[in-house]
Amino acid sequence: VLHTTRPLHTTQQSLAPVPPLPEKGGEVRHGLIPEEFFQFLYPKTGVTGPYMLGTGLLLYLLSKEIYVINHETVAAACILTVIVYAIKKFGGDVAAFADKLNEEKLATAVAMKNEAIQSLQTAIEEEKKEQWRAEGRSYLFDAKRNNIAMLLEANYRERLLTVYNEVKKRLDYQVAMQTLKRQKEQDHMIQWVEKNVVQSITPQQQKESIAKCILDLKALSKSAHAAV
Amino acid sequence: GPLSERPLKEVRLGELHTWISTCNFSPQGLLGAVQKAWSSYCAKYIHVRQGGPAGISMLLAGYCLLSYGWNYQHFSK
Repeated sequence: VLHTTRPLHTTQQSLAPVPPLPEKGGEVRHGLIPEEFFQFLYPKTGVTGPYMLGTGLLLYLLSKEIYVINHETVAAACILTVIVYAIKKFGGDVAAFADKLNEEKLATAVAMKNEAIQSLQTAIEEEKKEQWRAEGRSYLFDAKRNNIAMLLEANYRERLLTVYNEVKKRLDYQVAMQTLKRQKEQDHMIQWVEKNVVQSITPQQQKESIAKCILDLKALSKSAHAAV
Repeated sequence: GPLSERPLKEVRLGELHTWISTCNFSPQGLLGAVQKAWSSYCAKYIHVRQGGPAGISMLLAGYCLLSYGWNYQHFSK
């Protein structure tokens, strides 16, 4: 059953969803005559009116030979019998099969729609989560500021240490220079004094001191002999 | 309601030929009328969830009657 000949989107409500198909079609009696005909004749002639009309019409057509009976009539009768029998026997099965096909189509469409809705829902939740995450950016910035402050502090202290080391090196140099100078002066003075003293010892004094040392040694050795 | 644009079912017998006089008999009008009749027939008997044999059988019966009418000369020999 094709659905393409229905006019779509022709009213102002073109943006609303298309209304669903009606469940059952117009009522038809004996497969040929719409129910409205019977309802139309019911107030005047009751229930049997249309049937009387049909019988009278048929007899009139036959008797006036407006409808001629020939071989085609027999053929038509046979064909109609077969068709009615087939419809009565297999109609239900065919209808069930068609309904099943329709159901499958509907099910795929509905599944797609549900999937689309689901994915959009997940997208909405993700978006909300991202918005919540974006609220924490103040903490992020605070942390970054702390980091930078620490870097600056560390750099400042490094440079302070370098300055201290350099100044200490220069001061140490000055101190070393002074001690060196004093030491050199001291050594030089000691040497000069010794040189002068050695020079001032005349050969006469040297002989006298040596003689005195020998006398002292003899005296000592005598006392040592006596002790032993 | 206004007489001129009511569908045929809601026109009373006495007003029939006023209604016919307000009809649009140009080709577009006739075509439009045929189109409307066909689409209302389809909407009522064919484009439903559970149609029966009624939809096509009425069309076939109409075709049988029409062809009998066209070939009546040939039959009545």
